[in-house]
Amino acid sequence: MMEWLQPIQTLLGPAWLPIWTVLKIVLIIAPLMGGVAYLTLAERKVIGWMQIRIGPNRVGYFGLLQPLADGLKLFMKEIIIPSGANKFLFILAPIMTLMPALAAWAVVPFNAELVLSNVNAGLLYILAMTSLGVYGVIIAGWASNSKYAFLGCLRSAAQIVSYEIAMGFALVCVLMAAQSLNLGDIVRAQHGNYGMLNWYIIPLFPVFLVYLISGVAETNRAPFDVAEGESEIVAGFHVEYSGMAFALFFLGEYANMILIAFLTSIMFLGGWLSPVPFLPDSIVWMFAKVAFVLFLFLWFRATFPRYRYDQLMRLGWKIFIPISLLWVVVVGAWMQTSYWLW
Amino acid sequence: MNTIKDFFKTFLLFELLKGMALTGRYMFARKITVQFPEEKTPQGFRFRGLHAQRRYESGEERCIGCKLCEAVCPALAIKIAVAEREDGTRRTTQYDIDLTKCIFCGFCEESCPVDAIVETRVFEYHGENRGDLYYTKPMLLAVGDKHEAQIARDRAADSKYR
Repeated sequence: MMEWLQPIQTLLGPAWLPIWTVLKIVLIIAPLMGGVAYLTLAERKVIGWMQIRIGPNRVGYFGLLQPLADGLKLFMKEIIIPSGANKFLFILAPIMTLMPALAAWAVVPFNAELVLSNVNAGLLYILAMTSLGVYGVIIAGWASNSKYAFLGCLRSAAQIVSYEIAMGFALVCVLMAAQSLNLGDIVRAQHGNYGMLNWYIIPLFPVFLVYLISGVAETNRAPFDVAEGESEIVAGFHVEYSGMAFALFFLGEYANMILIAFLTSIMFLGGWLSPVPFLPDSIVWMFAKVAFVLFLFLWFRATFPRYRYDQLMRLGWKIFIPISLLWVVVVGAWMQTSYWLW
Repeated sequence: MNTIKDFFKTFLLFELLKGMALTGRYMFARKITVQFPEEKTPQGFRFRGLHAQRRYESGEERCIGCKLCEAVCPALAIKIAVAEREDGTRRTTQYDIDLTKCIFCGFCEESCPVDAIVETRVFEYHGENRGDLYYTKPMLLAVGDKHEAQIARDRAADSKYR
């Protein structure tokens, strides 16, 4: 497939590999950033429509240049560092939020061939990277030296700890069913003659819900945005941030949303596989599924009020963890019988 | 029995799906946004916008300097000075409204015995310097002269309720 690159490869010699890898990274990150920008617009539009409003429509046709205008505005703004803040950590925190959100993309397969690095322990890597994201939030809250920020980061820490477990067990079900930690193999294991009936959403429906809801909680999105909690603790962990540092938090949040959407479609919705047997598998299906999951994220935000903090903890510990644990056992037993068709 | 029903309703996300169905329906509802500079909401004839001083058809100003508006103004936004004019009538020498203080309650308009101070339908005005919104008597008279036709129509429409 890449034969036409052969002359360049011989020309560059040993420098070829790093250059080619960087090129591939750029090819993933650049569209991702574009996706993040337009996801913010989509969010404002969709939530606007659901509230019988129009949403942004002044900058460019249908507001299509709005993300650029927002980005430019944030870029021009001053980054204010509070005098009581720990300067080093204050600057580090937004970077720590964005970095894992981007690093996790290394193992995400877009279709059967298109993946930056085909790691066998891909799922484990994803789990490690998405858990790292919370450090940015915690450091931001602590380094700001502000009580709202501190409350926000404490909430976020407790929330991530609770939901990570349920999420982990949900993934255990997937890897039991797929017999692999490689994300590409997980999709291939969902291939069959019956289209969408072969996807893991059917046998693993309860953990699909657990994973989706934990994913919303993991990305600190409404109705689990207690770390931000505009109406209670102003803006939570990023209350002291401004300008580009503030923008980085949002880039991280939206990149995480897209990541969770990709993972949900890879693990439960059959990735690039076609939902009906008579249509070919293609990357288009992948993006359609991702768009659908992202739309769910926005839909949740437009519909549900924020969870009270203790309800959030109760949901995580008393409902999601038991359900996902139970389903691990059920799937384990089910796979030993002849009724396991996946 | 109800407990069991409630349990299943909660557990099967019934309420959540109902909520999402509602917002999902509203997504396709007709949008009620008024796109301001191009579209405007309708105004009533009692609309309370920018103040104006009116004149009689002869060109004589209506205000007789009774200071009722100054007395009734809850925001103390009106300042009046009165003197006798050459022809012996009582007239204001100063009639200022500080629009940054004004709360647009309409009391001045209601208290006026000669319908001299009125509030017009104009609401799109601004000041670019401190003091630009401090309206003096000539400015108020100018507003009145400009919008007299509309002001008279609105008073006529309101007259049967007064």
